[in-house]
Amino acid sequence: MNWLLGHFDTLRESLLRLAQQPLATLLNVLVIGISMSLPAGFYVGLNNVQTFSRQLSSDPQISLFMTMDASAEDVAGIEQRLRNHADVGRFEFVSRERALERLKRSAGLADVLSDLGRNPLPDAFVVTARNNDPAILESLRAEAVKWANVEHVQLDAEWARRLDAALGVGRLLVSLLGALLATALVAITFNTIRLQILTRRDEIEVSKLIGATNPFIRRPFLYLGTLQGLAGGGAAWLIVTLAGMALNLQLTELVTLYGTSFALEPLSARDSVILLGLSAAVAWLGSWLSVSRHLWQIEPR
Amino acid sequence: MAVSQMISVSHVSKRYAGGYQALQDVTFVVESGEMVFITGHSGAGKSTLLKLIAAIEMPTSGSVIINGQNVSAMKSGAIPFLRRNFGLMFQDHKLLFDRSVYENVALPLAITGFPRREIAKRVRAALDKVGLLGREKSRPITLSGGEQQRLCIARAIVNRPAILLADEPTGNLDTAYAEEIIGMFESFNQVGVTVVIATHDEGMIERLGPRILQLDHGRLDQ
Repeated sequence: MNWLLGHFDTLRESLLRLAQQPLATLLNVLVIGISMSLPAGFYVGLNNVQTFSRQLSSDPQISLFMTMDASAEDVAGIEQRLRNHADVGRFEFVSRERALERLKRSAGLADVLSDLGRNPLPDAFVVTARNNDPAILESLRAEAVKWANVEHVQLDAEWARRLDAALGVGRLLVSLLGALLATALVAITFNTIRLQILTRRDEIEVSKLIGATNPFIRRPFLYLGTLQGLAGGGAAWLIVTLAGMALNLQLTELVTLYGTSFALEPLSARDSVILLGLSAAVAWLGSWLSVSRHLWQIEPR
Repeated sequence: MAVSQMISVSHVSKRYAGGYQALQDVTFVVESGEMVFITGHSGAGKSTLLKLIAAIEMPTSGSVIINGQNVSAMKSGAIPFLRRNFGLMFQDHKLLFDRSVYENVALPLAITGFPRREIAKRVRAALDKVGLLGREKSRPITLSGGEQQRLCIARAIVNRPAILLADEPTGNLDTAYAEEIIGMFESFNQVGVTVVIATHDEGMIERLGPRILQLDHGRLDQ
């Protein structure tokens, strides 16, 4: 209980100390906030591109074309395979007659087609996979190519795969940026806490002399650093959220011109908590490194 | 009443890096509840001896035993807890000038982990004892030399230590102030606190007629 009260007192003191130096605190929080808002902002952007692309594309489909000489039994065989395949979600059989009908109707090619005299189109299946994971689509395609009487397998929405790859690169960049700026954050808190330790050198020395343990001396500095990190995370959240709101105002105009509706999603509750937690944790690490590095240098003599 | 050894220093030598021999083969015992003066010329090793007792420095050879605990064999993690048995008064005061009088005295209790209400009670009691009760909110810098010294005493006794160690507590005070301070030490001693004072103030010692440990160039004159 005393132990808990001690922590509570330290928290109170640290908040007071931060409030006593409002400008320094504000600047620190801003530096941390801006550093963290960059990866957080990119992350939000990336997430939105992903949602947007899902809105645009219908599910990618695999078209499976039979050979021209495939018999009804061959077709039934393929149908059987598709029905039993674990990765297949839905599929639809398009007979060569129906395909011809559709073509005649849709593209105004009726004259050309009737001149041909015979139906140039094969039987086909249009397959939708169980999910749109590019790896599953690709393996399904590769497998279907080997089936008997299958002439050609076409994976539609190749662009979805390319976008996915691009998003993968984007995610990697966000991670790299995040790691870099987290390292910067460690350095920032390391230095802030170092300055704090130096200005409170006498206090540390006296405390050691009259029986303070190292954890006791370390504690206020860890609180100070972690609180600043937390506040910095809050600032980053605010920056990202406000920037998102501002962008949304502009976007609605643009998007209405194109006749669709789209709004930027802000950080989810889960991601917000992660952002705050990460900022606090990284700042804690910086403070811990700093206190551990500098504390032993202050030995009373 | 069984008398126990509170401080036992045996065959202690201290040589600093660079070869300066501060103490050489010093042996003595201070019983619990005793009041002892360490005297000697400046540079005789008085401060070093106090630092060895308070585990601020470690002896080069020999052993220092405080209340049955061998200080030189102690793990560094245990030393803070040993120090809580001491009330320390330093030659250079070591007051925190950016903290109020109250906060300076509260520090040892905060370190020990007392609840805030208990701290307030004890700090007031300690300030009352040294006559600084009205100055709680003042900064130490606004206090006179004698008042600063009394503030040091309040900080040293606030956690009710078993041993009071004072390094030149009357250093640059005039006689009236010095007598007042020594009077306080006597009253702590009367309630059972072991008191060790390093001083070169011969006048004070003559009047009291206490036990004296005389240091001369790092050796104890018996």
